[in-house]
Amino acid sequence: MDSGKSPTITELRKTPLNALHRGLGARMVNFGGWDMPVEYPATGGLMAEHKAVRNAVGVFDVSHMGDIRIHTGKASGGALAAVQHLSMNDASRLAVGQAHYSAMLYPEGTFVDDVIVHKLADDDFLFVINAGTREKDISWVRDTVKEFDCMVEDLSDAYTQLAIQGPRAEEVLRKFTDVDLSAIKNYWFTHGTLCGLPGRMIARTGYTGEDGFEIYVPGDATTSEKVWNAVMEAGKEFGILPCGLGARNTLRLEAKMALYGHEISEKINVWEAGLDRYCKMDKPEFVGRAALAKAAAGGLKRTLVGLEMLERGIARDDYKVFDAAGEEVGLVTSGSPSPTLCKNIALAYVPPALAATGTKLFVEVRTQKVKAQVVPTPFYKRPRKAAAAPQSVTN
Amino acid sequence: MAYPANFRYTKEHEWVDVKDGVATVGITDYAQSELGDVVFVELPAVGKQLEAGKSLGSVESVKAVSEIYAPVSGEVTAANGELQNKPETINTDPHGAAWLVKIKLSNPAELGKLMDGAAYETYVAAKGKEASA
Repeated sequence: MDSGKSPTITELRKTPLNALHRGLGARMVNFGGWDMPVEYPATGGLMAEHKAVRNAVGVFDVSHMGDIRIHTGKASGGALAAVQHLSMNDASRLAVGQAHYSAMLYPEGTFVDDVIVHKLADDDFLFVINAGTREKDISWVRDTVKEFDCMVEDLSDAYTQLAIQGPRAEEVLRKFTDVDLSAIKNYWFTHGTLCGLPGRMIARTGYTGEDGFEIYVPGDATTSEKVWNAVMEAGKEFGILPCGLGARNTLRLEAKMALYGHEISEKINVWEAGLDRYCKMDKPEFVGRAALAKAAAGGLKRTLVGLEMLERGIARDDYKVFDAAGEEVGLVTSGSPSPTLCKNIALAYVPPALAATGTKLFVEVRTQKVKAQVVPTPFYKRPRKAAAAPQSVTN
Repeated sequence: MAYPANFRYTKEHEWVDVKDGVATVGITDYAQSELGDVVFVELPAVGKQLEAGKSLGSVESVKAVSEIYAPVSGEVTAANGELQNKPETINTDPHGAAWLVKIKLSNPAELGKLMDGAAYETYVAAKGKEASA
């Protein structure tokens, strides 16, 4: 077995719940400089956690993610203009209490980061960003909007962010908030009292492909632990499990959700990543727009596809993809066994000519070329409940 | 889980049980607990010549690929086919039913380089301390 080297524990950043995770015997890992739980072996580990989210409910500490507030405090519109310049989606279509998926782009039309943009109030927006890109994003935002009339605040350390995900998530959350959760549609949010804490943001967002909520509470250890324990207690009857980054990855992969550094990066543009629907080219201007217009005219050189392994072998991140003639044609961005589908799946960049469903390709798994085929994505779609709150189309 | 006293062990967490010039090889309880649920095992073909220290295959969990290194040199006389269908046996019975390969020793002196049970237990205990430092 090879054992990797890691930086000393003291050098890694910690969320307010770090001691709690270690107390639960979590297997910890260095994720982008953060000491994070990858799974909790004492309560079943990755497979059990993944299944809990698909079948019932699970809770994730995602406090390592960052938060940037862009606002003016006046109705002047300076913040909206700044957001419109920074973000490829159209923030003018957001109502107060609504959020959408977007990205900040480099002038080349490639990704600085993906982001969930929330409209908190008139001219008041919150960007929730990735953990590994916190500092880069905050510098990028400050620099890019310095000519705009708005304030930029880094609130990343202010919150503990918990993701409660799964078909029973609403029933869990209902036990410790009196907010009417059934009135919060997908990708909408509100503020309310949670565990007796007033004015907390409760968003119907997530990264698992299931229904669920992300809640934002004060980032001190005592409050954070109190809320975590309330979630676990409320979820006991449903078999709630604490879930780590391992399950977070398998869940988002099945739902074909991008991970920065894999499906999206500073080397990949919006069209290649297949994120067209979140990119509003009818906005007159945003950073990256000109390059994207040019790229659209030039045609796609590579496109993101889903793969399913047909022979024994697990495709993993950065494995090479070959065509039937043995030519190297692409790269796996994310690959793993799929606990829900009981297959080995992957996302990969390949030339558009090889992107049709059913195309047979080969993934080089260490020294062997293992057969795979292109399949439609997402690999998994959650069943729609008949009586669910209406699903709003993301703007 | 106890580490059988009559086995020998490597720093890479493989165990070796020698009988009549044939070494049965597997991964230890420590190794399987570090890996998590095993989902896939890749083993060498019978007849393959292995060299001590070189890879003989891999054991994979959802998150990780773990190369398995031959603790001793020799020819593969058997590979545990059961593990293809039931890789999880590695988690439940790592020192018994989840043996990986049997190797006919070409150089028995190599066994001298391996740790005995007591040394391995000490080694693993120290690793545990490192991890929670």
